[in-house]
Amino acid sequence: MKEVMAIIQDETLTYSQQLLALARLAENMDHTIELAPELVKAKEEGIICDLGEGNAPYRPRYICPRYQLLLDKGSKFLALEPAQDLYEALNNLLIMYRHVPSITSYPVYLGTLDEMLEPFVQKVSYDDAYKALKLFLLNIDRTLCDSFVHANLSGKDTLTARMIIKLTMEMQLAIPNLTVKYDPEQMSADFMKLCIECMMKTAKPSFANDKMFRKEWGDDYVIASCYNGLKEGGGGFTLPRLRMYECSLKAKDADDFIDNVLPYYTQLMLKMMDDRIDFIVEQSNFFKANFLVKEGFVELDNFTGMFGMVGLAECCNHLLHIADNTKGYGNNKEADDLGVRIMEKLHALVEAHTCKYAANFDHHYRLHAQVGIDSDGRENSPGARIPVGSEPIMPCQIMHSCRFHKYFETGIGDIFKFEETWRDTPEALANIIEGAMKNGMRYFSGYLENNDVVRVTGYLVKKSELAKLDAKGQSLNNVSVFGQGARDYGNALDRRIVKNNESAN
Amino acid sequence: MKAPINRIIPFSNVDGPGNRMAIFFQRCPFKCLYCHNPETINDCINCGICVQNCPAAALKINDGKVVWLEENCVSCDTCLQVCPNLSTPKIHHYTVKELVEKIAFEKDFISGITVSGGECMEHVPFLIELFNEVKKLGKTCFVDSNGHHLFVDHPQLCEVMDMVMLDVKAYEAADHMVLCAQDNQNVLKNLRYLQDIGKLYEVRTVMLPNDPQLNERTLKGVIANLDPNIRYKLIKYRPFGVRKEGLKKLGNTITSDDEINRLYDIAIKLGHKNIVII
Repeated sequence: MKEVMAIIQDETLTYSQQLLALARLAENMDHTIELAPELVKAKEEGIICDLGEGNAPYRPRYICPRYQLLLDKGSKFLALEPAQDLYEALNNLLIMYRHVPSITSYPVYLGTLDEMLEPFVQKVSYDDAYKALKLFLLNIDRTLCDSFVHANLSGKDTLTARMIIKLTMEMQLAIPNLTVKYDPEQMSADFMKLCIECMMKTAKPSFANDKMFRKEWGDDYVIASCYNGLKEGGGGFTLPRLRMYECSLKAKDADDFIDNVLPYYTQLMLKMMDDRIDFIVEQSNFFKANFLVKEGFVELDNFTGMFGMVGLAECCNHLLHIADNTKGYGNNKEADDLGVRIMEKLHALVEAHTCKYAANFDHHYRLHAQVGIDSDGRENSPGARIPVGSEPIMPCQIMHSCRFHKYFETGIGDIFKFEETWRDTPEALANIIEGAMKNGMRYFSGYLENNDVVRVTGYLVKKSELAKLDAKGQSLNNVSVFGQGARDYGNALDRRIVKNNESAN
Repeated sequence: MKAPINRIIPFSNVDGPGNRMAIFFQRCPFKCLYCHNPETINDCINCGICVQNCPAAALKINDGKVVWLEENCVSCDTCLQVCPNLSTPKIHHYTVKELVEKIAFEKDFISGITVSGGECMEHVPFLIELFNEVKKLGKTCFVDSNGHHLFVDHPQLCEVMDMVMLDVKAYEAADHMVLCAQDNQNVLKNLRYLQDIGKLYEVRTVMLPNDPQLNERTLKGVIANLDPNIRYKLIKYRPFGVRKEGLKKLGNTITSDDEINRLYDIAIKLGHKNIVII
């Protein structure tokens, strides 16, 4: 098998990257899950994409354990006692992280760190806590080598939260991804300012619309991987995606797309999700034998399927025969209105489907605006985003986003790249983020154009790590290679910069 | 009532506290040598020279008036370069209602508006009406002014506006005349009056690259008349956008760090507590 040798010989891969690539290859030799010929055709035509999940999923794609349970009760399987102090808490977490599977084999959710650790931090001196947290974060960056590893902050202004933000600024690491749950009525202005200063220094944290998520998910929602809303003690079984641009090529016109083409491919993908989830639950050992399930860290009913899509912009532009992106979706009312019609339809189609599992979701899957992968090139913009380089001025871009974010309960987000002057005016950014959330934006990310740590499509990379790959060297972070691809084929780092000289009169 | 607007910046983080919509009115009684936007100084006199020079057919003459066809405009700024009158054909005339609609669209994202120019105080009745409407949206109204028109003469405006950001371009009358081609008596009156009514947010002076004595005269004059806790911004002269006349007299260089730091030190020594270098 020449693929095996290619992996073995590739000098840009680290050992663990080779191991994962070889495992993926092995998994794909299995064909237990039967694929309907229509599905095979849709995959070949690039309309449905399994996101490289593998032919034989042997764990849910995203797993979000209740880490609080580990700290409170310990784990029988891991032979860990309840944590008595900060050091035990951090060490227990680091041990457990290594045993949480996912699509990437690294944990995509690390817990709501400030909430879990605050009682322990309060019991030691500031300096001791700071040092311990610093080592904890360093360990995460160097051993969980994947930018989809994601930690949450509750949004409360606590000592632990402040330390984590301060360390994040100081350490300038791509891992972990970091989200602060933001409710303008709850969060202190001072803590908000600190979070924004941090975001301008190192592209994180991002801000999740706490009110919106709580309303849809209940209080136990978490943000994992890129920006995925999921239930704690559960997660996401699978995330395939419809590539809307390719899908639109099958339609005679917009009505044909909405009435016939979209329902056809949606049904195909829903069936594919049903089959894959049946396999995960019924065939693989995860829900029967994994300690996370057996000890109550997760439970089956808290998992749901994530119905992904990309390329709404290009789909709308194609259906309306708009060749110039700057005159299309995001800049054109007709295209935006068509986008809303399509999303209403897709949302209704997914809602109408009842699935066997996902009991705590009333047996329904939820929509996800997938951020794209490097091989998408520029034909499918992430989720419902406006194509990079065609973004309108910021207030219009935000208002546009706000029309679409409500459809994507398992995640959608926008990224804004700012010029230097915004670094020193966190109050101005706070106005913008607060207003965005108020108008229905689900998730807000920003970064400064000249930083080393930058946000590609949802995940973080260091530009210095991309340079290592460019020079044919290795990057410890699994995700750097995706960032390289997204930069080179998707122009993902060329998004419009928010400057201070934009006029709109 | 309509007012000529040169430009609107929907999100500005450098025109007062928080994120603001900055609105630039056309027309200014000063003619500062270092003006970065000299096309904001005069109203268009419809001479038509820009129309002949526009490479994109974005300007025409209708009933003797220059009309800007915005959809054709390629923003090359040729019209500004050929204008002999320090003006621009790219002006929108807005009613208060039209402007308020734009503000309302983004009201959730801003702390308020800042009116600037040109010199916004050329349009006081319009500002009063505008501010009254903006207040209904729960937003703040800041005025960025060169201080030529006396605030004390406009009690209604002073009542409704939140704060003023005042330029003091020079303290000595003769210096001011050289730099701005206008007297500065009113500027200095405003400097005092706005403090009396508690509505002075900050004072700004552009510090020149090649005239340390003038810089120092202005700095000392301002500080002697300013509450030490009110922010005083020392702005480095930058040659970008400055017209030839200004470049010739003031220089084609940025004010050095040494000079601006020297002025900063003097200000601190004089007891001022809130100096910002830009």
